[in-house]
Amino acid sequence: MFSFEFLIRILPDLMRGLIVTIEATFGGFALALVVGLLLALGRRCGVKPLRLFCDGYIALMRCTPLLVQLYFVFYVLPSYGIRFPALATGILCLGLHIGAYIAEVYRAGIEGVPEGQWEAARALGLKSYPLWTRVVLPQALPPMIPPLGNFLIGLFKETPLLAAITVVDVFGAANNVAGLTYRYNEPYTAVAVILLTVSLVAAHFVRKLERRFTSAKR
Amino acid sequence: MDLNQLLALDVLPQLLKGAAVTLKITLITAVVAFVLSFVVGFLRLVPNLWVRRLTTAYVEILRGTSAIVQLFYLFFILPAFGISLPPTTTAVIGLGLNLSAYGSEIVRAGILAIGQGQHEGAAALGLNRMQTYRLVILPQAMVAMLPSFGNLLIDLVKATSLVSLITITELTFSGRQMVVTTGHTVEVWTWVMILYFAMAYPLTWMVRGAERYAARYRQEA
Repeated sequence: MFSFEFLIRILPDLMRGLIVTIEATFGGFALALVVGLLLALGRRCGVKPLRLFCDGYIALMRCTPLLVQLYFVFYVLPSYGIRFPALATGILCLGLHIGAYIAEVYRAGIEGVPEGQWEAARALGLKSYPLWTRVVLPQALPPMIPPLGNFLIGLFKETPLLAAITVVDVFGAANNVAGLTYRYNEPYTAVAVILLTVSLVAAHFVRKLERRFTSAKR
Repeated sequence: MDLNQLLALDVLPQLLKGAAVTLKITLITAVVAFVLSFVVGFLRLVPNLWVRRLTTAYVEILRGTSAIVQLFYLFFILPAFGISLPPTTTAVIGLGLNLSAYGSEIVRAGILAIGQGQHEGAAALGLNRMQTYRLVILPQAMVAMLPSFGNLLIDLVKATSLVSLITITELTFSGRQMVVTTGHTVEVWTWVMILYFAMAYPLTWMVRGAERYAARYRQEA
């Protein structure tokens, strides 16, 4: 039922797919960090239309499936003459989607800095630049790192969806093998094991980070 | 996008049929996942080491691999072992198992968050373990779990789009069909987005309501 010979034969294809998966993960995450920051800043600022836009954007991204967002960008934008390669579309969507969640991490981090710290910094006459770089961010950033790590893992687990818009990631590679050979057990088992291994190892590191940053605070 | 075409609504009836299937799968899966969450969540708290290890492995495996991979696994590999289920059953089982892994963590965290004093108080009143959980622990834990389960329900609505990839004619699949038959790519995908939003967004209000209720409950307790 399960042939290791066949598994070894398809492994190079899957590994090539895994490289694409990793590209999509880090590309999407880098974009999500920027999108999340812009959203968090937009929600904090005084301009009401901007705040409403950010709230609306976050609600839209959170209340529609990533798969449909992928289809939307992949099939709808070309009718307006905007064309991206499949992988770029995937990275764009992952970044825009996860960014809406990451905005909340930034917000929690910034609001987690006690009010007294802001007041003391202002009382010392700090201008907004040193106020942020010397007082707020050094306290706000460390608690953000574990949740950001969890979102990185979450994003990694969303990447198989890119196969639906023809990206040959590790799951897409498995689909191709299955489609050509009609053998499903080996490719899909291999994909499951690969995803599980990567996310368990990554989760282990996030837990380590969590312990370090919570013990540093005490 | 031509607004007139969007409002012409010729694609809408078929998409609404798809949305009804999405709702049906969401509701059935929610019940399955809810029950499984409690079973697994409680099994992770029993004293028996092997039961705990087994259920921990269950949670880690289901959370560590993607829902879509799990669905494909059930859809393509079970038949090879002589088990053929209808696609909708496969979808409900696949999504239900996946969500139960996340839900069991909510249950576990909710129960562990109840202070030791409550257990001791119940024991002092002569309640047995069954009564302790039914009358003392669960009523308090449930309130704390409510917002998290609400968020999980929103995730579920979105996750049902995955089952379009195993041939179920729900909303996303109907969208793909309507694009092929009508060629109105922009209108179809815009409507699909609107319909998902209409299903998921009201749930965010419910989550916020549950959060407020839980906060008030904590204050009064």
